[in-house]
Amino acid sequence: MLERAEIVRKEYLRHDKKFPHVWCPGCGNGIVMGALLRAIHRSGLEKDDVVLASGIGCSGRMPTYVDFNTIHTTHGRALTFSTGIKLAKPELTVLTVMGDGDATAIGGNHFIHAARRNLDMTAIIINNSTYGMTGGQYSPTTPFGSKSTTSVYGHVEHAFSIAELAVTAGASFVARSTVYHATHLEDMIRLAIAKKGFSVMEVISNCHVQHGRRNKLGGAVEMIKGFKERAVRVEKAEKMSAEELVDKITIGVLADVEKPISTEQYQRVINEAKKKAEKIAKEKEKNGIKRYEE
Amino acid sequence: MIGSDQHERVLLQGNEAIVAGALAAGCRFFAGYPITPASEISELLSVKLPELGGTFIQMEDEIASMGAVLGASLAGVKSMTATSGPGFSLMQENLGYGCMAEVPCVIVNVMRGGPSTGLPTCPAQGDVQMARWGTHGDHPIIVMAVSSVADSFSVTIKAFNLSEKYRTPVIILSDEVVAHTRESVTLPTSDQIKVFDRVRPDVPPEWYKPYADNNRGVPDMAAFGDGYRHHVTGLVHDEKGYPTQNGLEVEQFLQRIHGKISKGFQEIQVTKNHQLEDAEVFVIAYGSVARSALRAVRDARALGIKAGLLQLVTLFPFPRKVVDSYLRQCRAVIVPEMNMGQMNREIGRVNQAGCQIVKHNRIDGHLITPDEILKHLAAV
Repeated sequence: MLERAEIVRKEYLRHDKKFPHVWCPGCGNGIVMGALLRAIHRSGLEKDDVVLASGIGCSGRMPTYVDFNTIHTTHGRALTFSTGIKLAKPELTVLTVMGDGDATAIGGNHFIHAARRNLDMTAIIINNSTYGMTGGQYSPTTPFGSKSTTSVYGHVEHAFSIAELAVTAGASFVARSTVYHATHLEDMIRLAIAKKGFSVMEVISNCHVQHGRRNKLGGAVEMIKGFKERAVRVEKAEKMSAEELVDKITIGVLADVEKPISTEQYQRVINEAKKKAEKIAKEKEKNGIKRYEE
Repeated sequence: MIGSDQHERVLLQGNEAIVAGALAAGCRFFAGYPITPASEISELLSVKLPELGGTFIQMEDEIASMGAVLGASLAGVKSMTATSGPGFSLMQENLGYGCMAEVPCVIVNVMRGGPSTGLPTCPAQGDVQMARWGTHGDHPIIVMAVSSVADSFSVTIKAFNLSEKYRTPVIILSDEVVAHTRESVTLPTSDQIKVFDRVRPDVPPEWYKPYADNNRGVPDMAAFGDGYRHHVTGLVHDEKGYPTQNGLEVEQFLQRIHGKISKGFQEIQVTKNHQLEDAEVFVIAYGSVARSALRAVRDARALGIKAGLLQLVTLFPFPRKVVDSYLRQCRAVIVPEMNMGQMNREIGRVNQAGCQIVKHNRIDGHLITPDEILKHLAAV
């Protein structure tokens, strides 16, 4: 374990970056970043071939710290940038890290369309049920009744379930884990990266500073322990009733389907269009027709 | 169509000429969202780009389109999008990112009447100041206007070249009349077309500083995947690309991105002069209105009025010196616009010579006719 921690530190952190990072002590983001780096390492990817994109928020700062091709985009739009990068250079492994508000509020439309589109990319969503950076306002995953700086009387709306949303929107691979299950998380991320098609990795994380404090969920340790207690493996969850699953976190692979990957489909379009254009050019040459082809 | 070694005379509409220009300039990525009167650009590129190994994608909205365009450009591919007013509003957020992170790209706005859903699809020029100031914060930008099919081809090439050279988004303002008018044009041969590609770094990757200043004020640009692992952000950043709040670094960065446009001012500002040598009165116009203005000037000459036309191709940075010299030469200037007077404001600001400015505005969704301009020329 120590050896692997050393690999992560030496190989993947940016040593020309002025640390410390912006995350609060006990924040789950560091656990996710560690798991991500170990998963990338185990996947045998070259650093030059990896792109890590992010949106805005605490999670948005992750790319700054790691030694890949990195981009910190605008709020909610990370997947749109990733789409352009992937289509321009399909050989790159494009990973996108987002928060719950980033991916499913301001970026909700991009998120479901990225899932539907099914480019060969991976989205990692760190779900801490709040907007941490801006001071703990309610997000699309804030539980009903919870307190936040914009729901002091208890939240009146209902929460998204991000992984299920991704399944419905058509992602090829969807998994969920928590920051308690660091090894499981690493395994899931590795599977998500390996999967051809659009993969979604939801990570349940803690914001004890904002969400935890206002809802009396304790500090980082208590919140992370809570994830351990609430987590149910997907295989077990399948045998449980809806009532039994209330307030549980289903972890594991929720969807793994095979369907045409649009990265490859775009290449097919290029190949066909090129052939057609060559044929027309030859005919033109033969017949001497000069006209504008639409 | 493109890269022919022979002159080719073709019948094109303005939107098609923009496509031809973009492809000739090396554009190989387009992301867009359907909107009238710009949709022909998308439709044609969805056919033409793959033929050249490029990619066309229709995104879920214009916000996403602009994001994908920036992403593709950062991966080293010349990219563009095309839209109209409502879509251009949505693009402002990521357009600002393009200015901040210095990402070359071209945005075509085929203007229609506004505000809001406005007048689909009648011509207008209501997005001029928005093109300059649409995204938040002080930012440098280049805005160009096309007035004909031939213009649509050549200005698009120029727009790509400037965006690559100065690492900045360039906005092309077309309008419904230019977009849908079909004209016979002779496209230049491939050896007549000058294409500029962004300067890429040649230093070892460990020496590369993606935002370091140089004598051009434009840092060399590595593409993602080229071995120069670097960081790109919309935060104000230091020369390594990392976020900074150090006042000195912030100031240096912002001064540089504004300064690079100032340094290139001579090359960036494009205007066309028609019969201005001995003019006593003149018209300043751009876009489709410049066509009406040209006719009005010819008609005025036939009546013995010493009239001229200064056509603005580059709207921003505002070609102040050229405008100023004719404001000094002439006693009056007519400024016809299909808006409430958006460029007129700029002209008024530089008018130290006290030239009489007569604005003529139409906002009813109809093109300004030569007669309307001629009346003003005769009156002054």
